Amino acid sequence: MQGMFTDYEVGGFFDEMFDSAGKVRPHYAKLLARFADMDPAEFERKTVLAEHSYLNQGITFTVYSGDEGTERIFPFDLIPRIVAAKEWEHIERGLAQRLTALNMFLHDVYHEQHIIKEGIVPADIVHSAKHFRPEFMGFDVPKNIYIHVCGTDLIRDGKGDYLVLEDNGRCPSGVSYLLENRQAMKRVFPGLFAKYGVRPVDRYPQELLAVLRHIAPNDNPDPTIAVLSPGIFNSAYFEHSFLAREMGIEIVVGADLIVQNQRVYMKTTHGLKQVDVIYRRIDDDFLDPLVFRKDSVLGVPGLVDAYRAGNVALANSIGTGVADDKATYYYVPAMIKFYLGEDPILPNVETFLSAVDSDRKYILENIANLVVKSANESGGYGMLIGPHATKEQIEKFRQAILADPRGYVAQPVISLSRSPSFCDGDIEGRHIDLRPYVLCGEKISIVPGGLTRVAMKKGSLVVNSSQGGGSKDTWVLDEEDESPAPVQSQSQSSSIPA
Amino acid sequence: MLSRVADSCYWLSRYIERAETNSRLLHVNMNLMLDLEDADHDSVREHWQPVLASLEDQELFNTLYDHIDGESVMEFVTFEKKNPHSIISSISSARENARTVREQISSEMWEHLNKLYLYLRSEKARADYRSTPHDFYRSIIDGSHLFQGITDATMTHGEGWDFIQAGKFLERADSTSRVLDVKYHILLPQGERVGGSVDLTQWMAVLKSCSALEAYLKIRVGHVTAWDVAEFLILHPTFPRSIRFSVDNMDRAIHRISGSGISGFHNEAERLSGQLRANIDYATIESVFEVGLHQYLDRTQLRLIEIANKLSKTYCEWLDESADAA
Repeated sequence: MQGMFTDYEVGGFFDEMFDSAGKVRPHYAKLLARFADMDPAEFERKTVLAEHSYLNQGITFTVYSGDEGTERIFPFDLIPRIVAAKEWEHIERGLAQRLTALNMFLHDVYHEQHIIKEGIVPADIVHSAKHFRPEFMGFDVPKNIYIHVCGTDLIRDGKGDYLVLEDNGRCPSGVSYLLENRQAMKRVFPGLFAKYGVRPVDRYPQELLAVLRHIAPNDNPDPTIAVLSPGIFNSAYFEHSFLAREMGIEIVVGADLIVQNQRVYMKTTHGLKQVDVIYRRIDDDFLDPLVFRKDSVLGVPGLVDAYRAGNVALANSIGTGVADDKATYYYVPAMIKFYLGEDPILPNVETFLSAVDSDRKYILENIANLVVKSANESGGYGMLIGPHATKEQIEKFRQAILADPRGYVAQPVISLSRSPSFCDGDIEGRHIDLRPYVLCGEKISIVPGGLTRVAMKKGSLVVNSSQGGGSKDTWVLDEEDESPAPVQSQSQSSSIPA
Repeated sequence: MLSRVADSCYWLSRYIERAETNSRLLHVNMNLMLDLEDADHDSVREHWQPVLASLEDQELFNTLYDHIDGESVMEFVTFEKKNPHSIISSISSARENARTVREQISSEMWEHLNKLYLYLRSEKARADYRSTPHDFYRSIIDGSHLFQGITDATMTHGEGWDFIQAGKFLERADSTSRVLDVKYHILLPQGERVGGSVDLTQWMAVLKSCSALEAYLKIRVGHVTAWDVAEFLILHPTFPRSIRFSVDNMDRAIHRISGSGISGFHNEAERLSGQLRANIDYATIESVFEVGLHQYLDRTQLRLIEIANKLSKTYCEWLDESADAA
């Protein structure tokens, strides 16, 4: 290893950049040549430069303390995560297969429920899922697509195999970071991209728009589309507004909309204007106070009625939460087999379901070595990491599992792969995951890459932004760029204008 | 366009203009202080009190500070977060409005405003304010100009832009009338007819507060009288901070919003704005003084408030409705 990487340790984990012998992997060779002769001070400067551009653009989330909010940026790490073309091809096929099965599953559970009748998934698992919406039994969603945008979290195990950690089929967020991270990297290292053959990601908003147009009621060729946001106090507001801007559509909050005669209208300076498609970034519970939570001030009274009447399309559809439930996750491989007759391309992480007697027994006996997750929580909340937990925490979860077997799943602690990351003036290995964004419209499409999240804290396995995680740019390489890079001389690499 | 968006465009523009006006007032007043030799406590007070009066914030000020001097007034108008009209509050409000319409305005506009906001809240702003206050206020005034310039150059001149123009010129007409009104009170010696002899330095300061001194001198060639200054600031047709120019442009923007021609009206906002414009277009300074300068300015301010209300009623009335329901 060279330069800034001289003291780098892979530390017994699967490292994205170096193999176990410390030899750089071929698709990282050019990056190493470019980065090795930089010094930490220069790296620090570039990090500050990148972070400043986030701050100036207002790409921030607000931390409230006292009467005043402080705006923080999500930590950004300059060392990209690189995915070789062949790996990506595998991931892409796996994700498309998985989303196809999930959409078929959703149609099925809201109609004939073949998968339950054939004994593949227990009725109880479906019907007791927190986000199952019996109100929508027998309802046909536009174009039969339930999940239009899916954020699937992938991890790599100690062997480097990609596994699915969870599906996010309600309102997955983070795609704006994927796009902004790329912009930041281009600003900071302009020379690297041309030489590397990194596949572009900037078509995402247009592809999302195509999906939204596809589901417009009555095949309206010129639909009015809006992003429905909870408003500026929501931590993902930046993303909502970013996507609206990139798609050239309106961003609305609940108060901007009104329902009359089962049609949804925006309140404009020239009267009411009908809205055909809503990309909603509000959970089911808050969509319509007449149907779901009565206390919701974010939603639009009558929206669900208009949706049922077929006068407005929603993305994602109502009720998709039954598919990204952690107990349902357990059955996804069986689902793929059942609907598609195929083996899953991307396997699940080995999972134990406390609702299943033998699994529960295993969980209770081995809880100190397992990661236990609440089936209904996301964002890294409601989680126990056995090996890092105190006796009291373990006991609390043990009791919780006994009280509510349906509510928990457990997985072995996976030693997530690591990527070199710049922390406190030095380059060290940090655990990462990957969230690609899968779109389903006329067909399934995935922008190459995804959001790579980093657990910036040493040793931490939790990558969620709400728990101190940061992110990296994710590069998927062109086919022709696979060959190992020629060994570069110092003069060559320093000529890169970055 | 969404009513909420129109409302935010209009307000973000008003708030930026307000921050600029405040910066200009403080900048000029600070300069003026330097010309006063041996200022005693009373004259300092006399000097700063009008600034508070023109901003109509006297009461709030009294609850926060025990006496009026340069430091307290400047702090109150610049950094006081409890003062909703302070420069920092105005820029924060402008930025908050911009945040809700980010997808409607250009990225350049947003980033510029956001930088200005981050600067004002930074330690550096405090340090600049202490060491080089002139440069500090200049940078805010420049920041406002830059924002309007960026807006003209990067935003589609459509409905949103029209609301921004309406807000900018309405606020500007209002602030010019206030600056003039306050100085009129203070500068008029007891029992003296308006138009009599007044302190040259003070009237020059009024002109400076409106960035109008240079333009004025080109026309009046070194002849500064209350009468002429008032005429210039109220009735000049092409000086960009005169009331007439501001009202003309506000009216044009308001008529563009409905898409109807400049003559006639289709709603109350247009009718009132057109009426005010016609009144000023056909006014003379003699007719203004006949009514009384203070009365005239006061009436103008009330008419501007009414236009603002009708504008909101015509295009954003939904917002009031949902506020009522909540």
